[in-house]
Amino acid sequence: MPATAISVAGVAMRYAARGASVAALADMNFDVAEREFVAVVGPSGCGKSTLLKILAGLLPPTRGEARLRGTPIAGPRRDIGVVFQAPVLFPWRTVLDNVLLPVDVQGLPRDRHQRTALDLLALVGLEGFERRYPWELSGGMQQRVSIIRALIHDPAMLLMDEPFGALDAMTRELMNLELQRIWLERQKTVLFITHSIPEAVFLADRVLVMTTRPGAIMDDVAVRLPRPRALDAMSTSEFGGCVARIRARFNAQGGVDA
Amino acid sequence: MTSTRNVALTVGLLCVSLAGWEGVVRLLAVPAYIVPPPSRVTVALWRGFASGLYPRHLLYTLTETVLGFLLGAALGFSLGVAVASSRYIEYFVYPYIVMFQSLPKVALAPLIVIWFGLGLASKVVNAALVAFFPLMVNTMVGLRSADEDRVSLMRALAASESQIFWMLRLPGALPFVMAGLDVAVILALIGAIVGEFVGAQHGLGMLIQSMNFTMDVSGQFSVLLILSVLGLALNKGIAILRRRVLFWDPSVKSRSDAP
Repeated sequence: MPATAISVAGVAMRYAARGASVAALADMNFDVAEREFVAVVGPSGCGKSTLLKILAGLLPPTRGEARLRGTPIAGPRRDIGVVFQAPVLFPWRTVLDNVLLPVDVQGLPRDRHQRTALDLLALVGLEGFERRYPWELSGGMQQRVSIIRALIHDPAMLLMDEPFGALDAMTRELMNLELQRIWLERQKTVLFITHSIPEAVFLADRVLVMTTRPGAIMDDVAVRLPRPRALDAMSTSEFGGCVARIRARFNAQGGVDA
Repeated sequence: MTSTRNVALTVGLLCVSLAGWEGVVRLLAVPAYIVPPPSRVTVALWRGFASGLYPRHLLYTLTETVLGFLLGAALGFSLGVAVASSRYIEYFVYPYIVMFQSLPKVALAPLIVIWFGLGLASKVVNAALVAFFPLMVNTMVGLRSADEDRVSLMRALAASESQIFWMLRLPGALPFVMAGLDVAVILALIGAIVGEFVGAQHGLGMLIQSMNFTMDVSGQFSVLLILSVLGLALNKGIAILRRRVLFWDPSVKSRSDAP
């Protein structure tokens, strides 16, 4: 049994909105093992992004505790990489300087990490683009830059908040393959938030299924498909079984948009 | 449209309007002390430059404007940063700044000449006071308009507030700052000229006033021409700076000169 990377125990979140208190998360409990790829699926507004913000240390939970490698997450940490839905690149920085942003912020040696950055750019097929600016790149290329930016400082965990949600379907499938490749090569713990059931099943070792707001986990589905998975893994019975099981869970709850 | 054709059209249009002006003034026999024909304005311009009178005063006004602009820009930028970074400063200081701004600054010029004398200093102060406000407001808005996702990213990286300022808010505010500088440089020129009107021994504004006393209208027209070219040149200078600094901004990227 590998060590636990993330442990979430009794985490609940309430927001104060116009005088009333709104529950976003109700009692979340789960563990993520080291090097595990866990996807979280849920309907829109179920508090997925709130969960990610708590794990990134951007938001303290109202109740409960989240731990990373045994220590409580009390604020932003330097051993976490975050990828948002939008690439969130800085237009005045070159591609290389965007990738090196965490290095600059954390005061790490630039020369050593520059080599890592160039290796990572090559890993995602962006060699030769290091001196370009983000606005010269396509949406898929920009998101790849944002993924390797999250990896540059070698974080213990990668948090991804619907990173491919803004991409077209074709690019999205390619990016799923790409992400799997990066993950197999880099062996990171990944928590991947999405509202696409097929995407979750294709990428993850385990899929956590969330209820509608206030969010809680209603199912934990293990995906037993061998790695590396090709796109035709989507036509296997294991894949179909997982997708059907998750969809049935949502339908029992009153439907889902994915 | 080719650029040579554009240039030809521009020059052609200018010639036609000047010829029209000359023709109307001569035809209606308008006295030169009311509206001088372009030919007399050109002569006045030539004499002014040949005698070294205009270059001397032009240099003086340019110095006042540039110094006033730099002082006003520094003041506006610092105040903008201060107001944007502290709710207290915004609450307690900003209302006074707005009150000061709503005062017609021209009305302050006589006081400033009393305080700072007839020389360079009073014009620089006047130019700075007229120029600082748009830059302050633009800096303030620019610093506050940093993209939320980018701020979240910086926070998730455990960036300090000063890192967020230097690496994100400040570069992100530059489009606003440059737009503020664009306005401020022309306002600085206005401030300098108004200062010269009130009391000065040098400068193009002083020259216009003394020509007014002697009814030298052709001379006034020629100085006005110099002033508009000066304003255009200052504006162009900012535009060049803007294109260098904001190479990444959509306002510069998608810009094309030809219509």
